[in-house]
Amino acid sequence: MKTRRWPLYSLLAFGYAFLYVPVLLLVVYSFNASRLVTVWGGFSTHWYGELLKNTQILDAAWLSVRIATVNATLATILGSLAAMALVRGGRFRGRGGFELLLTAPLVMPEVIVGLSLLLLFVAMQHGIGWPDGRGFTTITIAHITFSMAYATVVIRARLAQMDRSLEEAALDLGARPLVVYLRITLPLIAPALLSAWLLAFTLSLDDLVIASFVAGPASTTLPMVVYSSVRLGVSPQINALASLILLFVSLAVIIAGLVMARRRD
Amino acid sequence: MIAISGFSGTLFTRLRAWRWQPGRLVNIGLPYFWLLLFFFLPFVIVFQISLAEPQIAQPPYTALTEWVDEAVLQVRLNLGNFVLVVEDELYRAAFLNSLWVGLVSTLGCLLIGYPMAYAIATAPERWRVILLMMIILPFWTSFLIRVYAWIGILKGNGLLNNFLLALGLIDEPLAILHTQTAVYIGVVYSYLPFMVLPLYANLSRLDLTLLEAAADLGCRPWRAFLRVTLPLSLPGILAGSLLVFIPVVGEFVIPDLLGGPDSLMVGRMLWTEFFSNKDWPLASALALVLLALLVVPFVALQRWQSRLDAH
Repeated sequence: MKTRRWPLYSLLAFGYAFLYVPVLLLVVYSFNASRLVTVWGGFSTHWYGELLKNTQILDAAWLSVRIATVNATLATILGSLAAMALVRGGRFRGRGGFELLLTAPLVMPEVIVGLSLLLLFVAMQHGIGWPDGRGFTTITIAHITFSMAYATVVIRARLAQMDRSLEEAALDLGARPLVVYLRITLPLIAPALLSAWLLAFTLSLDDLVIASFVAGPASTTLPMVVYSSVRLGVSPQINALASLILLFVSLAVIIAGLVMARRRD
Repeated sequence: MIAISGFSGTLFTRLRAWRWQPGRLVNIGLPYFWLLLFFFLPFVIVFQISLAEPQIAQPPYTALTEWVDEAVLQVRLNLGNFVLVVEDELYRAAFLNSLWVGLVSTLGCLLIGYPMAYAIATAPERWRVILLMMIILPFWTSFLIRVYAWIGILKGNGLLNNFLLALGLIDEPLAILHTQTAVYIGVVYSYLPFMVLPLYANLSRLDLTLLEAAADLGCRPWRAFLRVTLPLSLPGILAGSLLVFIPVVGEFVIPDLLGGPDSLMVGRMLWTEFFSNKDWPLASALALVLLALLVVPFVALQRWQSRLDAH
């Protein structure tokens, strides 16, 4: 069976062009000297310099990074527990509900998640006095809730395809379950834990809608700053910021990919 | 069946599993408790507040219950928000348009994503990993920034118009930004990976010998595709479509940044009711009606997922 492949490959090339050209244009124009974003006025790093002087953006970025770090760590812990429960837990009471609660955040429209969590926080503050006001804590809790669902997917896939004979051998030799988990299971799923952590980190760094609902007046995250300036139109400074974010995320993903590829060899 | 495969060990390890109990409680209980508290309970509160009325106070909605006398508890349920959401022209138009945008974008993703997934699944082995990585990478990079990139391309004096004018294909700039077309472009662009990945997972597992058999029996490639490959890839199509459709119906960022005044969508209306009009009960009612619309596709997705786990 010999079919011509080029029509298929040109469709593939078109698809990749569609995915990558807009982002590449954004990066190219971040080095534009002109204030007019879409008119090329020569190469310049002027807007990167301006960006580093913009304290509002820097403060927001620092807040976002702190939230993303706490979120990624806790979401990975909760996600690995949930994945263990699903893959190794066998039958337990309420398993169906548990799976439902882990799938729903993956597809639930963000406006619904954001609104409902805010209403919960308001009701809780009214009822038990915690959380006291909204900001770092409430945004982090909201992010953990949807990030842990993604972390579970990643870790679960790894656990499901893992060879169990090592764990069983250790158990048969009398190792305690916790020791087996810490010394055998955990190192074996470490690559999945790393990618779950990174995924949770980037999801949190990127979230605008949910954070807008649960943030207080004093806590503005990076996407919120980007959004409010984007609403006023395209700006070269935001192009520069976007390029930096793209650079960091791509580097992190590529390094993680290389680390995992090396471990597999 | 799942329960048995979960305990795929000897009787000995199964008995040992009993000793896990305290650990097991933490293991299952902790994430379960978190999700019940921060994902399930909020919906109960949304339901409760959707039955309240807005008021200028802190919190900005009325209580449903009130002690009017020592032993008389008065319950006030306001169904007006739901009546308004269902009967008002504007909200109805927003819901219909959201479903429509979801449908058109899902088809768009399918049209672009299917050939891509097929090409990747049938590409030489050594190329597959890198091609797949290139699908996943945009998923990791900022959603907001990728939507933002389109503003500079689509606007009146943007890159696309400059390009087309320079080529002489058009005489005056096209108005694309702030129209429904821009929303479709933005949604297809942002959600394409969600379509390609499940399709790839499905197509890469297809038994290609079936196609060879069809070819040996004299079937033309196109016919073989329509009668063998396409029916076998239906589960992948369904999964990808649901992963695109469900979140797109409630999308806020894309219609807000790329759409115009005519691209009414529920996500945007909910945002306006909440942030501009401060009508929390109405926003809650909108959220619940949206949720009700998405229950059927969500259940379909869930069933697909559990079938996948059973294999």
